[in-house]
Amino acid sequence: MKAKVRAKPKGVAWAGEELSQKQIDRGSALQTRYRPEAKYSWAAGQAMSRFLEELQNGKLIARKCHACQRTLFPPRMFCEQCYRPTDEWVYVKDSGTIETFSVSYLDKDAKRITEPIFVGVVSVDGASPQMGMMHYFGEVTKETIRIGMKVKAVWKPPPERTGSVLDIRYWKPIPEGRR
Amino acid sequence: MRKVACIGAGMTLFRRRLKETPKELCWEATRMALDSAKLEMKDVDAVVTGSAPDAFDGVHQKGEYYADGCGGFRKPITRVFTGGGTAVFSPIAAWWHVASGLADIVLVVNEEKMSSCYPHPQSVFAHIWDPILDRPLQPNLVWIFAMEMNRYMTVHKIKKEDIARVAVKNKRNAVAHPAAQLADAKITVEDVLNSEMMAWPVQRLDISPPSDGASALVLASADAVKRLHVESPVWFDGVGWCIDSTMWTDRDLYFPEYLARASQMAYKQARIDQPRKQIDFAEPYDPFDYKELHHMEGLLLCNKGEAPKLTREGVTQRDGDLPTCPSGGLLGIGNPIAATMGIKVGELYWQLSGQAGKRQIPKEIHTGVTNAWGDLMQFSSVVVMRA
Repeated sequence: MKAKVRAKPKGVAWAGEELSQKQIDRGSALQTRYRPEAKYSWAAGQAMSRFLEELQNGKLIARKCHACQRTLFPPRMFCEQCYRPTDEWVYVKDSGTIETFSVSYLDKDAKRITEPIFVGVVSVDGASPQMGMMHYFGEVTKETIRIGMKVKAVWKPPPERTGSVLDIRYWKPIPEGRR
Repeated sequence: MRKVACIGAGMTLFRRRLKETPKELCWEATRMALDSAKLEMKDVDAVVTGSAPDAFDGVHQKGEYYADGCGGFRKPITRVFTGGGTAVFSPIAAWWHVASGLADIVLVVNEEKMSSCYPHPQSVFAHIWDPILDRPLQPNLVWIFAMEMNRYMTVHKIKKEDIARVAVKNKRNAVAHPAAQLADAKITVEDVLNSEMMAWPVQRLDISPPSDGASALVLASADAVKRLHVESPVWFDGVGWCIDSTMWTDRDLYFPEYLARASQMAYKQARIDQPRKQIDFAEPYDPFDYKELHHMEGLLLCNKGEAPKLTREGVTQRDGDLPTCPSGGLLGIGNPIAATMGIKVGELYWQLSGQAGKRQIPKEIHTGVTNAWGDLMQFSSVVVMRA
């Protein structure tokens, strides 16, 4: 295909004037600054309130949908697939399989850290296949951790639990042959 | 439904920080698009605009805040938002304005100014996570890409160097783009593999940068194309979009099923049943290098796990059989989220109308496809265009 027209005539600069980090830091580029104060308190809802309560008891709980027969974890009060109410609470195990993971040298603000965070998705035993949650992994190294590894939850002692996903400290490998 | 064409496009430079305000960026991109279509604002029936989270700009309802810059003045204006998917979704929203017969000429303007969030927009990205299940773990946005990339690599036994080839290709392609922020003619696979480890397997050069920028398109009905004697209209032949469940820890991250569904929706409309044969080039969404591969598979341009092989064999180079990201992509030009419309749908327009200059694909091209991806990693939008 032959070019008949040109997106921008020759010699015309594309719009935009770049500012450097220095100009921002030194304040030599005119700017105004503002820091919002916004705080939130989220109601956990029907499904998550029970889920968090059970975490305090050292248990993981799911919801069963009798239409598709799936055991939904994390639990929800309606099945998004069947679009009907879920039917019953069922406990699932605090063991599972690493579906995927990362070895992170970034903290929440993208700041660099030297001791990496092991984080990933663990599918829990007793829930439908590949249903799980994001969490930390511990007692692993970047050489030993792998997808497919069987893991078990390491709980905080009961008095320290607050009804949070952090009531599980991390998930640690289950030694081979002790499944 | 009426036929809809793209008849003009414009964009600003993409840079880490730009002096211009969101409104000024919109004005610059819109003016360029109108000039290229040889139109004035009085010819425009309606405006559609797209931008990602308000928190980047620190101004709620920023669609209204920057509307003047888009010509959204005493005209019907609509802002749409599907996260990163906005880049290809707002042109779809503009398409239905024209296809339905509601409007003859519609402007689409996308803007993003990520540098306002200081010192790094990462602190705003943190707010996309589920407040109960995910946020107590203090997640970083890069984690999700790292987890998805690891799953994809492991399931298909893909080597990291085959993923790094995408970053190399795109950053080299970007050398030919006047707006590029991170073009690099000399980058090598080793440079990518030796770059800083962020969250294994994601390294610094696997990632596109945060950017400021704006882009604009002019869409017109077939009647308007005829009336205006448009030289090289490029037609929208198919559009599709689809979302998966936000319960992202309940699905296998190795394949974007929602994108396959969005593609099928668009291909059905475009009467495409063999995408690999009927599509000449693609602009898959590439915020990370592996995402181009993931999206080529989701766009059904190859089998699952085959995209790294096509890349290794040079098939996706600008002069290859199936060029991907001939623009230079987000990896090379920059990633001002919604504004990447200019290097996705915009690049399809420039390539198919023969206006891509140094970036022009050397072979004869008739059909291109592009996608964008966003929300909490579960939404995709697809557009098929024909010359």
